[in-house]
Amino acid sequence: MSNAPNTPEQISHSSRSTVSTWLARLEGPQTMGRGPAFWVAMAALVLAASCYPAFSDPYTIGNAAYFMVWTFMAMGLGIVWGYCGVLSFGQTAFFGLAGYAYGVVTINVGAAFGLTWLALVLSVAIGGAFALLIGYFMFYGRIKGVFIGIVTLSVTLVLETFMAQTAGPNWRIGDARLNGFNGMSGMPPLTVPWPGGDIVLYSGTALYFVLLAMVVVCYLGLRMLLNAPFGNVLVAIRENPERAEMLGYDIRLYQTLAFGLGGALAALSGTLYTAWGQYITPSSMGLTAAALPIVWVAVGGRRDITATLLGSILVIAGFQTLTIYGSQYALIVMGALLVFTVLVAPDGLIATAMDWIGRTLRRTKR
Amino acid sequence: MDFFHTIFSVMYQFGDAFAFLVISCAGLAVIFGMMGIINLAHGEFIMCGAYVTSAAGRAGLPLPLAILCGALAAAIVGIVVERLVIRHLYQRPLDSIIATWGISLIATQGVLILLGPTMAGVGTPLGSMALGERSYSIYRLVLFATSIGLLGSLYLLFYRTRFGVISRATIQKPAMARALGVDTRRVYGLTFGLGAGLAGLAGGLYAPTMTMVPTMGATFIVESFVTVVVGGADIFVGAAPAAAVLAIIRASLTAWYGHLFGQIGLLVAVIVVIRVMPGGLSGFLKRFQR
Repeated sequence: MSNAPNTPEQISHSSRSTVSTWLARLEGPQTMGRGPAFWVAMAALVLAASCYPAFSDPYTIGNAAYFMVWTFMAMGLGIVWGYCGVLSFGQTAFFGLAGYAYGVVTINVGAAFGLTWLALVLSVAIGGAFALLIGYFMFYGRIKGVFIGIVTLSVTLVLETFMAQTAGPNWRIGDARLNGFNGMSGMPPLTVPWPGGDIVLYSGTALYFVLLAMVVVCYLGLRMLLNAPFGNVLVAIRENPERAEMLGYDIRLYQTLAFGLGGALAALSGTLYTAWGQYITPSSMGLTAAALPIVWVAVGGRRDITATLLGSILVIAGFQTLTIYGSQYALIVMGALLVFTVLVAPDGLIATAMDWIGRTLRRTKR
Repeated sequence: MDFFHTIFSVMYQFGDAFAFLVISCAGLAVIFGMMGIINLAHGEFIMCGAYVTSAAGRAGLPLPLAILCGALAAAIVGIVVERLVIRHLYQRPLDSIIATWGISLIATQGVLILLGPTMAGVGTPLGSMALGERSYSIYRLVLFATSIGLLGSLYLLFYRTRFGVISRATIQKPAMARALGVDTRRVYGLTFGLGAGLAGLAGGLYAPTMTMVPTMGATFIVESFVTVVVGGADIFVGAAPAAAVLAIIRASLTAWYGHLFGQIGLLVAVIVVIRVMPGGLSGFLKRFQR
């Protein structure tokens, strides 16, 4: 991945070096996986994922799209918790807020002219801004460790309580009724304006490809960001906040920004979820919902973005399978998995496995 | 006379909120203050106490005894959980949060599967009394008295008994306590059991006023976490005054704007308090002691 994609004649020297600097950051100390073997494996994975719809039925494809919807929230939590060392229980607050925002905006302005994408951007911005606000109060208030978990958890639970009591015609924003405990529904899905008829992204193959592209772009972008100075400082703060501060970094600012980024990613998940299923309910911010991202990220592995992504997809898929066989037992298995991971493989099952594979490969090479 | 009635009504609202906050946060505050562990299964220990109390009450036991049964059952479960899981996580407080959350998921769902979505409760005892135009539940007044009694007995336990001295020594200097022959693992186990038992007591005390559902713990946890966060690490100079302050906020907001705004007011209070005094009330008050 060291060669820049453009020829020197096309772009000026300075911008080429910027591009190659960022591309070089696809590999670095903060992310696992380097060298051609890793990227070939990744490309094969993406290729397999692209071919998958050709061999599968629409229902399964819709399901796979559903898994991908959640990965953004998982990656955001991975950054906040794994890289920055801030355990947030409240990612669902930003998820739910953005979901509602998407619903309110699209119901009011409709789906024409690609306005749904504007609604998406707006919802993500609202979720991210809310996260920045909460983050400001927490980090500039010097709250640490376990207290952050409690504050974030309280935020999401209070939002749930608030949305659950918005039943009745007086709770409306424009044309959008909030509908209390039953939640909002009937908002349009994402729509791509197209000459000769808009493409409506209902749960299916088209949405699957859009989401796959978004996941890949988001994953690569986060890899670059994490290996950039920003990511290095985050890890430095996680390892030793006092030392990072002594070295002249305003750790409150970095933590707030990381928290905002995590919140924006959770908001992206929330928006996509609402667009995918065309409904959002207060229980998406409840205690059980808030626990799930923690389970995915803890079990998958939080210290590495690749482990977080792969682990989350595996755990979500596993959870879905369990739900088919007996939904009531699925949560028990999740809880047990969480306790087991914490006790046996605190770095996460996938991360531990990836680490082991990496070490074995290196040993065989020697 | 009307004036007196209004005063009483306000005091009643305040006392009710205060009792709820103190009773529901006591177990959490003991475990957090003494061991530095945030027990996210707190709500489930409360649920455990409430269920056992209701079962015992319906089996014919008088209510106070049934409540004691509930507290005891929760304490035993707490000691078992400490031995199996928490014990391995003292060096990793963040992981202990995750583990207790896992336990909470298992407990809520397990109870749902085993006992169904709801269970028959016991009615609120003692009836009510009328004063002016309004009537007041006597049981709520008893709860207020109990919350004061609870704070008093915890104070006696931690500052006047051998267990209290040993447990505070273990908290402050574990290595020194061990060198002096204290079995610190046992102290931690007992402290966690005490916290779980207090949670069970909360469940038992509020069981007659609530519907028995597996998720009932969730109604307690926001309030108790908020109280502990505002209070800081110490129960007596932290959680108790925090409960008083929050009770005033909640009672007045609830009286004027309804239950929801009471809860939102609590949240806003927390965010403002931690912004102004990062160590919580106890950190703030302790600065004056020096």
